[in-house]
Amino acid sequence: MEALRLYGRYAAASVRGQMQYPASFLMISTAQLLATGIEFLGLWALFARFGQIEGWRFGEVCVFYGVVNLAFAFADSCARGFDIFGSEYVRTGAFDRLLLRPRTTAFQLLGHELRLSRLGRLIEAAVVFAIGAVLTHLAFTPAAVALLVWAMVGGMALFFGIMVISATLAFWTVESLEIVNVISYGGVEAAQYPLNIYAAWLRDFLIFVVPIGCVAYFPVVAALGHADPLGAPAWFMASSPAAGFLFLAVTLWVWGFGVRHYTSTGS
Amino acid sequence: MAAVASPYLAAFAARFQLVLQYRAAALAGFATQCWWGAIKIMVLAAFFYGAARSQPMSLEHAITYTWLGQAFLIFLPWNADPDVAEMVRTGAVAYDRLRPVDTYGWWYARAVAWSAARVAPRAVLMFIVAAGLMPLFGLGAWSLKAPAGLEATVLFAVSMIGVALLSASIVLLINVVAVASMTDRGANLLIAPFSNLLSGGIVPLAFFPGWIRPGLRLQPFAGLFDTPFRIYFGELSGWAALGGVALQVGWTLALVLLGRWALGRTMRRLQVQGG
Repeated sequence: MEALRLYGRYAAASVRGQMQYPASFLMISTAQLLATGIEFLGLWALFARFGQIEGWRFGEVCVFYGVVNLAFAFADSCARGFDIFGSEYVRTGAFDRLLLRPRTTAFQLLGHELRLSRLGRLIEAAVVFAIGAVLTHLAFTPAAVALLVWAMVGGMALFFGIMVISATLAFWTVESLEIVNVISYGGVEAAQYPLNIYAAWLRDFLIFVVPIGCVAYFPVVAALGHADPLGAPAWFMASSPAAGFLFLAVTLWVWGFGVRHYTSTGS
Repeated sequence: MAAVASPYLAAFAARFQLVLQYRAAALAGFATQCWWGAIKIMVLAAFFYGAARSQPMSLEHAITYTWLGQAFLIFLPWNADPDVAEMVRTGAVAYDRLRPVDTYGWWYARAVAWSAARVAPRAVLMFIVAAGLMPLFGLGAWSLKAPAGLEATVLFAVSMIGVALLSASIVLLINVVAVASMTDRGANLLIAPFSNLLSGGIVPLAFFPGWIRPGLRLQPFAGLFDTPFRIYFGELSGWAALGGVALQVGWTLALVLLGRWALGRTMRRLQVQGG
């Protein structure tokens, strides 16, 4: 409870700071809204040309797209501290200071910044989700709503986990490694389409290694009331977002390992 | 002539050699581009899988197109030149005004070197893996195919030089925006998705609706991916290919003139940061 209150103060301070530059905040958010919207035109063009992708319609793919991008935008706005961990904490030695404070390091990094500029991406994802919901006549039954919220929360946990991994690597590499973008941005890109279109090796990777499919595919298929071409049972589709939390738990354990082996670059 | 060109050639050579040193960055970039290429190809193949009518580009060509796009990805103008952005931040842009060289030409030579030096290792690796190794591992259907013939190869090579020059002329325009607005953040946020979509980097321009395609192929970004890649697999050949190259060159000249004019205007009322 106390942690929650403290996080609230971190977040409020961060928001106040960003609001000192309201024009910058507005412009960056608008630019992001435009940028993600422009990229979405590519997906639209493919559907305008081909009509469907292995039986999935434009509206259904919009729902997949919306769910994974909403989860990513939420996680990305909270996890800035992990994102810049290598360059701003390890390289400078500033991480030493976090170690002295009577709170966990992961918690303090979470409080580094609540990035409001991700609002642009969030709005774009919400609009695409709404388009998908209208086109598919998505029935917002309590069960479907619960599934979608559960999917997004699990997705946030998963993307948090990816950012924790990326920060953990920085203990050894010092600089943040952009190669991790392959699983964060690359994972989002892949999960915008239903999982069954991919070759088995990529599908297995996205279910068993970095379980983006578990948070952004199975529960969404269930919420859409669509039969799963991969043949997953109903209980699995409903419970699979838990894999996001499992992934986060594993990455936090690895993070703890990294913290124990941290050697300061400071003098 | 040689004396006039030499400082610019020196700027080009110095930066080319410097950027080429970043081997780890090249390897990481290459791995990323392989991964994205694989995802893009699987998505395209899935779209083709259920398509009834014939398409303006075959799946085989679309696969080759995707690998070429990944190999030459860095030629898309993603952002302002980071060196120029840094100079704007620190105020060092004033030093460049003092050099006895033409600032536009100086920055242009450096921009070409910056992209060419990063493209070279990535493109070589991509051809080795996607064109050489993949068929050996039974992935021939998904590999980067050879160009359509000798004519296509020569025209493609010429066209890729055009890509480097066209790309730099767009980067220079972004530089001017960065100088004028005193930061590269705004321009960087917007240019990447625009150039990615309009060049055919996200989806080949052939797959856009028929009513919009002629317009898309006339705009300058088409010369970065769409034109050279269609020359590569022979969809554009003979006069049509030469026409495509002429359009690239024409846009490059137009954008260079526009960039020079805009830079001149900006520099006349330049504000320098720092103290």
